[in-house]
Amino acid sequence: MDKRDWLVHPSYLFPDYQSTILRAPKRELLPIKANLSERTGPVFGLDSISPLDNDLTKNGCVNGEPLGERIVVSGRVLDQFGQPIRHTLIEIWQANAAGRYVHKVDQHAAPLDPNFVGGGRTLTDEEGRYKFYTIKPGAYPWGNHHNAWRPNHIHFSLFGPQIATRLVTQMYFPGDPLLQYDPIYKGAPEKNREAMISKFTLDLTEPNFALGYEFDIILRGSHANPFGI
Amino acid sequence: MIELLQTPSQTVGPYFAYGLVPKQYGYNHTNIITGSLVDENSAGEHIQIIGQVLDGEGVAIPDAMIELWQPDIKAIGRFGTGTDEQNRFIFNTIKPQSFEGQAPHISVVVMMRGLLVHAFTRLYFSDETEANAQDEVLRSVPEERRATLIAQRGELGGKTVYTFDIHMQGDNETVFFDV
Ligand SMILES: [Fe+3]
Repeated sequence: MDKRDWLVHPSYLFPDYQSTILRAPKRELLPIKANLSERTGPVFGLDSISPLDNDLTKNGCVNGEPLGERIVVSGRVLDQFGQPIRHTLIEIWQANAAGRYVHKVDQHAAPLDPNFVGGGRTLTDEEGRYKFYTIKPGAYPWGNHHNAWRPNHIHFSLFGPQIATRLVTQMYFPGDPLLQYDPIYKGAPEKNREAMISKFTLDLTEPNFALGYEFDIILRGSHANPFGI
Repeated sequence: MIELLQTPSQTVGPYFAYGLVPKQYGYNHTNIITGSLVDENSAGEHIQIIGQVLDGEGVAIPDAMIELWQPDIKAIGRFGTGTDEQNRFIFNTIKPQSFEGQAPHISVVVMMRGLLVHAFTRLYFSDETEANAQDEVLRSVPEERRATLIAQRGELGGKTVYTFDIHMQGDNETVFFDV
């Protein structure tokens, strides 16, 4: 497996994002030989996924439907050589339409939605494709600096075939004016930052139902084994 | 051959619990990965792995999430540090066997608010002195830093417990690998 591409991933220390200061490892990462490094990976079967797991507009319903703008988020998970990553687990979590998380630590004075939890999961198909139905998440304030607001985003966690391909990222929305002020988004080097911004597309948009956003995710691959064989 | 750029990594943020480890935190949401890598009936020596994640001021971090990947049994576990009074992670598993010529070990993935890219480390066992001395990865680590990768065997309430603290910074900064 190729190494993480440090020209596209953030550095550990990024002082504009204050929480990195006491938490970023300060010493250089030590190299580890690819043939010794973390090659195993978990396999999740279809039985670990329930039918509503990828539909956040339904999986938290108690006495009605969640409020907000319904969206479809879909795309492909590929390795860096364009090969689809099949049957891999994707987990997502997000704030509700008002910018509030269900999480107990979240004290933002915006309403919780009794019919929205904001967590989901799915497996990619034979072509590496996935699809979630959800509600467009709201922006929310945080304490990083004066008047700090996180842009609208959905958290994504992916596995891929090996530990080495593990990725946690965030999906953003096109045209969001908060992106330029967000030190988490800007923690990623400019080179491929925009890859985290989904694309609005009418092709995915479902008439009279939900707006479509396309978001492809590229995991590490291997130059020694570019077709995943 | 086309080549695409890897999607950049981002932090899990402070609110990962209900998405990734909801049962542990008492959220009403399903869960597929827990702090137990095995079930009670699995063959092998049952052990617990317990530790804290410490920041640059030595404070135990309350919003970290640890994943353990155990190669010999292809098992994965997850635990957040926000439910224990001492902000510890607590895993149940069986002691690993040597794996592909390497000393018994478990791969560790460290995530938290403030970590834009997850960190990879490894956990070895204090009672495997001989195997550890032969292990190629451990031997590649400067001798004075090796101890940061070795979990210390002990006993607690009749259970075998390995203690493994993860230091993000400081004199005892844990060795992290460029996996
Ligand atoms: Fe968030």
